[in-house]
Amino acid sequence: MANSLHIENVVAGYGAARVLDGVSISVSAGETVGLLGTNGNGKSTLIKCIMGMVQPTAGTIRVEDDGRSVDLVGQTPEQVVESGIVLVPEGRRLFPDLTVGENMMLGAYRRTARADVERNRALCFDAFPVLKERQNQLAGSMSGGEQQMLAIARALMSSPKILIVDEPSVGLAPILVGRMMTKIKELKDQYGLTVLMAEQNFHQASRIVDRAYVIVGGRIAFEGKSAEELRNNELVKQYYLGGEA
Amino acid sequence: MSHRTFFFVVLGLVLVSLGLTKAIENEYYFFAGYVILQYIVLATAWNILGGFTGYVNFGSAGFFAAGAYTTVAVVKWVDLPLLALIPLSGIVCGLIGLATGYLTLRLRGVYFAIATLALAIVLETIIANWEHVGGAAGAFVIRPKEVMFFDSYVEFLFWTMSLLAAIAVFAARYIQHSRFGRGLAAIRDDEGVAESMGVPTLKLKLMSTTISGALMGLAGAPFVYYVTYIDPPSAFNLEYAVNAVAMPMIGGPTSWLGPVIGAVLLGGAQQIATVTISSELNLLIVGIMLVVFVIVAPDGIVGLVRRLFSKDPRA
Repeated sequence: MANSLHIENVVAGYGAARVLDGVSISVSAGETVGLLGTNGNGKSTLIKCIMGMVQPTAGTIRVEDDGRSVDLVGQTPEQVVESGIVLVPEGRRLFPDLTVGENMMLGAYRRTARADVERNRALCFDAFPVLKERQNQLAGSMSGGEQQMLAIARALMSSPKILIVDEPSVGLAPILVGRMMTKIKELKDQYGLTVLMAEQNFHQASRIVDRAYVIVGGRIAFEGKSAEELRNNELVKQYYLGGEA
Repeated sequence: MSHRTFFFVVLGLVLVSLGLTKAIENEYYFFAGYVILQYIVLATAWNILGGFTGYVNFGSAGFFAAGAYTTVAVVKWVDLPLLALIPLSGIVCGLIGLATGYLTLRLRGVYFAIATLALAIVLETIIANWEHVGGAAGAFVIRPKEVMFFDSYVEFLFWTMSLLAAIAVFAARYIQHSRFGRGLAAIRDDEGVAESMGVPTLKLKLMSTTISGALMGLAGAPFVYYVTYIDPPSAFNLEYAVNAVAMPMIGGPTSWLGPVIGAVLLGGAQQIATVTISSELNLLIVGIMLVVFVIVAPDGIVGLVRRLFSKDPRA
C-alpha cells in the first residue's frame, strides 16, 4: 500500500489567532516522520488540519493512495478516516465510560473497517495481550500505559494506512515512553504503516523516526534528514538539549 | 435477551394491557395508566437524545404539544381515525426534530439546552396565533361515540398508549445495543474523539434528534382525545418538559430501562398524589426526588442496582 501525505503552505488558526503560518511537510509511504516542537508551536493544530477538525484558510493537504491523489482540505473527519488516515489523540482521549472492547469497536466504525473487525481485533490482542484480559473493563479504570496501548489499538482497528500519533509520551513514565516508541515502530514495520508522530520528547522520538521536522512558531524551522542530523542541529540543541544558540 | 425474544415480551405486554381493559371495570385506572404510559414514551424519547447522546433537551413540551396539535390540525380538516393520525404526528415531530438538529447541534452543553427551551416557546407562540387550531382560546375535539372492540374510549386510549410505549421501548433498546447506539455513546463520552475515530457525529446526532422528536410526537398525538379540550398552556405545560428530564435521570439515563422505571415510579407517585393530596403537588414531588437521586444515585436506579448487585464494569 503506497500511501503518502503532502502538506503545502498550510495556514490555519482559531479566530483572529494565526497558529500555522505556511507549513509544508511531506511523509512518504512507509516512512516514520517526526514533528517536533515544544508546546504552543502548532503541532496539534497541524494534526487537526489533517484530520479535518480544523479547516486551513490556505494551503493544500493531499494524500496519495496508490497513485490517486485525494485533497483533504474541506473534508469532514469521517471522510478523512475513510481515506485511511487515523489519529491517536494526545492524552489518549479514550471513552472512559465504555469498556475496552467497546472502545476498540468504535475504532472500527468506518464502513471499510467493519469487514475486518475480527481480524483486526485478533491482531490488536496479539500486539497488546493485556487488552484481551481487560476487554470488559472500563477504559477509564486502566493505568496510563494500558490506556495508551488501547488508544493505539483503537486506531489500528480502523485498518489505517497512515497513522498519526499526537504526543504518545504525555503522562507516561519514561520507561513506558521508551516501550511505546518501540511498539509503534514494531507495528509500523509489521503493517507497513506510514507514521507521522508529533512529539516533544526529542530523545525518545529520535530513536524511531526516519527524519523529522522541527516546528517553531507555526513555521517549519528545520528539516532533519536523519536522526543523526537532528542531534547535531543547533536549533534542536537550543530547544531540547540545553545547548547555547 | 435477543431482540426477537424482547419483541415477543413487549408484544405480550401489549396483549396483557388489552386483556386489562376487559378485566377491570373502574375506568379511573385507565385514566391514570394512560398518563404513566404516556410518560414512558416521553421519557424514553428524551433519553435517546439526552441519555444516549448526551444532549439535554428542555423543549420536550414543545415536541409533545406539536404532536398533539398535529392531531387537532388534521382533524379540523379531515376526519381521520386516531390510529391514522398518530403516525402523522410522529412524522411532523420527527421533521421538527431534524430541523432543530440542523439549527442547534453546533451548540453543545448548556447552550443546546437553552436553544431547545427557546424552540418550545417559539412553537407555543405560533400555535397561540394559529386560528385553525383554536389559537390562544383553545380547541374542542369530540371523541367518537363508539370505538370498535373497546367498551369505552378511555380504554381504547389506554391500549393505544400501551402500544406506543411498546414501540418506543423496543426502539430504545434496539438502538442501545446497535452500532448506532455505540456511536451515540461515543459522542456522549467525547465528541471530539468520536469524530477523529470516523464516527459520523453530525449524521448520528441528526438521527438521534429526529427519532427522539418523532417519539415525543407519538406521545402527544392522542392527548387531545384524552382531555377533549386543548389550549397552548395545557399542551406546552412545564410538567412535560420537567418530567421528560427527571424520569430518565431518576431511572438511569444510560439504559433503555431507566426511563421506564423513572416514568412508572414518578408518574405513579404523581397520580397517587393527585388523588390523595393535590394535583398542584406534582412538580414539587419531581423536584424533591430529583434532588435526592442526584445526590444518592447519580446514575439513577439502574446505576444503583448495577453498583450494588452486579459485576458489570459500569458500576
